[in-house]
Amino acid sequence: MAYAAAHADHHNSMGFFRRWLFSTNHKDIGTLYLIEAILAGVIGGGLSAVMRAELAEPGVQIFHNAHMYNAFATAHGLIMIFFMIMPALIGGFGNWFVPLMIGAPDMAFPRMNNISFWFLAAALILILTSMFVPDTSEGTGFGGGWTIYPPLSSKAGAPGPAMDLAIFAIHLAGASSILGAINFITTIFNMRAPGMTLHKMPLFVWSILVTAFLLLLALPVLAGAVTMLLTDRNFGTTFFDPQGGGDPILFQHLFWFFGHPEVYILVLPAFGIVSQVISTFSKKPVFGYLGMAYAMVAIGGIGFVVWAHHMYTVGMSANAQAYFLVATMVIAVPTGIKVFSWIATMWGGSIEFKTPMLWAIGFIFLFTLGGVTGVVLSNTGIDRSLHDTYYVIAHFHYTMSLGATFGIFCGWYYWFPKMTGYMYSEFLGKLHFWLTFIGVNTIFFPQHFLGLSGMPRRIVDYPEAFAGWNMVSSFGALLSTIGLVVFLISIVDAFARKRKAADNPWGVGATTLEWTLPSPPPFHTFETLPRIK
Amino acid sequence: MLERMRLAISTLALVILGAGAAQSGTPGQPSPWEINFQPAATPIMEFIETFHFWLLIIITVVMIFVTILLIYVMIRFNAKSNPKPSKVTHNTLIEVVWTVIPVVILVGIAIPSFRLLYDQLDLPAGDLTVKATGTAQWTWTYSYPDNGGFSFDSNMLQDNERKPDQPRLLAVDNELVVPVNKIVRVQVTGEGIIHSFSVPSFGIKIDAIPGRLNETWFKAEREGIYYGQCSQLCGRNHAYMPIAVRVVSEQAFAAWLEDAKKKYSSVPGVDPAMMASATAPARR
Repeated sequence: MAYAAAHADHHNSMGFFRRWLFSTNHKDIGTLYLIEAILAGVIGGGLSAVMRAELAEPGVQIFHNAHMYNAFATAHGLIMIFFMIMPALIGGFGNWFVPLMIGAPDMAFPRMNNISFWFLAAALILILTSMFVPDTSEGTGFGGGWTIYPPLSSKAGAPGPAMDLAIFAIHLAGASSILGAINFITTIFNMRAPGMTLHKMPLFVWSILVTAFLLLLALPVLAGAVTMLLTDRNFGTTFFDPQGGGDPILFQHLFWFFGHPEVYILVLPAFGIVSQVISTFSKKPVFGYLGMAYAMVAIGGIGFVVWAHHMYTVGMSANAQAYFLVATMVIAVPTGIKVFSWIATMWGGSIEFKTPMLWAIGFIFLFTLGGVTGVVLSNTGIDRSLHDTYYVIAHFHYTMSLGATFGIFCGWYYWFPKMTGYMYSEFLGKLHFWLTFIGVNTIFFPQHFLGLSGMPRRIVDYPEAFAGWNMVSSFGALLSTIGLVVFLISIVDAFARKRKAADNPWGVGATTLEWTLPSPPPFHTFETLPRIK
Repeated sequence: MLERMRLAISTLALVILGAGAAQSGTPGQPSPWEINFQPAATPIMEFIETFHFWLLIIITVVMIFVTILLIYVMIRFNAKSNPKPSKVTHNTLIEVVWTVIPVVILVGIAIPSFRLLYDQLDLPAGDLTVKATGTAQWTWTYSYPDNGGFSFDSNMLQDNERKPDQPRLLAVDNELVVPVNKIVRVQVTGEGIIHSFSVPSFGIKIDAIPGRLNETWFKAEREGIYYGQCSQLCGRNHAYMPIAVRVVSEQAFAAWLEDAKKKYSSVPGVDPAMMASATAPARR
């Protein structure tokens, strides 16, 4: 403890700028990522709340015009994916807990870790600026959707600088993630404490390892695609313009070659967190550990060969569609293994329903629901009817958006006492959970009906027949927005009340290395490496 | 016996769904509080609806199974009812079971799925070919290459142009007119921007992409007007470019064709489809 105190002293002697701007400490950088993610989550969530308010009834009430709605929808997608989910799960919890869980003193490349975060901060400023600079004559902010398909994103469709700023934002955020991925891979392969073999690593570390490989392989493809888009826009190339021999579908292939692994990038770390939490609160080790680890590897691998199931309606040949149908269905198998193994981990356990456990069980329910509608959508013949309808919106929000978000809150409440040294309020945490769980189901379950009934996505106004379920959906958005407010209140409450958290507040089930450290852990940890038996 | 089983399962599904999978909405357009597909008007869409019905049963059973398991473990294995946790972390048999059973279910799903896919994509010889072009002005241009190649624009009706019984955001000035019970091949392309040609009751959706000529087909078995909406984000008027197909009897179609040829082929001897693309840059 003496050395911990000395080090606490050492970091107090650092000035604010030195500590937070030039930080090379994995815990401080993790904290910065989490703060950034909360900020982006409030902005991105706010955008969706305004969209749901607009869609509560037919007609255009709130937005000046459809372009403004499209710009909101685009920014909502980009901000939530690149600036909320990824920073929270990978940059935030990954930075904080990968070194702690493998018994490493810090990340392998601390300065690279610093630049990863500041690239992301710069990218957030760019994407927010992009919302306020001209796009078309109709208004500001790029309005072509987060998928930025040309020709809507090329010079003809988006003449203003909004799209260029968005491209730069994607480039910077992508570079940030690639550097982060290199850092995680190096750290996990080389800096495990003696005795911590790959097959003893906590599943959260496994999930970050697989995610890092996906980032490393997928993001350069996106970077290439948006660079080609940038030169199409500004330097007269025609990669995606048929008038010069290019093809807009080429962009879609490149985009989804990145985009499909991306959805696993978003949800795999959540798998990892949920595995830790379920094991902790069931007071049992994870059931089928190796199956769980390699299911994630399998999901990551298959995730690279299914991309064109996002493009069933572009006019691919029947055989190509048949291939993507089968490949997509295969993903259901490792995913099923994960769901059943989580339940088997709980089976025979002695479950305590603390707030993190509620989020974990909520995650399993939502992810399974989103998973089974994914099996429906994998059938290209049915996807022909459901493609680009609200059914798809419901499906992907249940899986990657709610899945990832529930994983984030699960990790947040699980590790909050460790990170801050304070206990959160169980009452506020549970209230937050129930408001969110009921809220998001009210938002997204009726959207399956809208999609089946034929309501296209990304429309600002809809025929009267769709009014009923849209009103229900918007009511759900109101509930989950209240949930978000309760979340913010619970943070303020925890820091105001300063209830001291024990080093291990969760008892015998919490067996990973971070719980052997004080709460909050000292500035530097594991200067003497622990030995894993 | 099989029929009775199917009936029993259908009843179960109806209960699960609350209101009813087989409810009959207004044909050709969405109905309030609808929870399933719009009623089918083509054999392909009937196939989609039947297939989806069985899929819905499967996924509902899976979902109920997982939910029951979750509730069971929460009740049976909470800290109060089971203070001493077990130490079991492996069971090879059950791990094999929950890998193999999903595979079997998926193979069972894939087989009819392939049939549906090839039914949709193996284009039969058509009785009539029409061409739909999604334009950069957010209108659909329809042309009839088999019948002299005349073409016309189809625009959404504004509030003041609509008759009371016409649905808002769906009704158009000039519908795509086709004969009933004939195989209609639809060629689809985009001009400057990507749109998507979609008619839910027909079970078709195909992107209209610049530089590409996509093709799909349908055989409408009932007369009436069938609505769809552009299904690929295409900019500010994305919500305002509906698709309306009027399916009429063969005689009515022949009569309409005569009128339409006179009305729309104003420049004889020139292919209006080519005219449209030649004038497009000027319009932009």
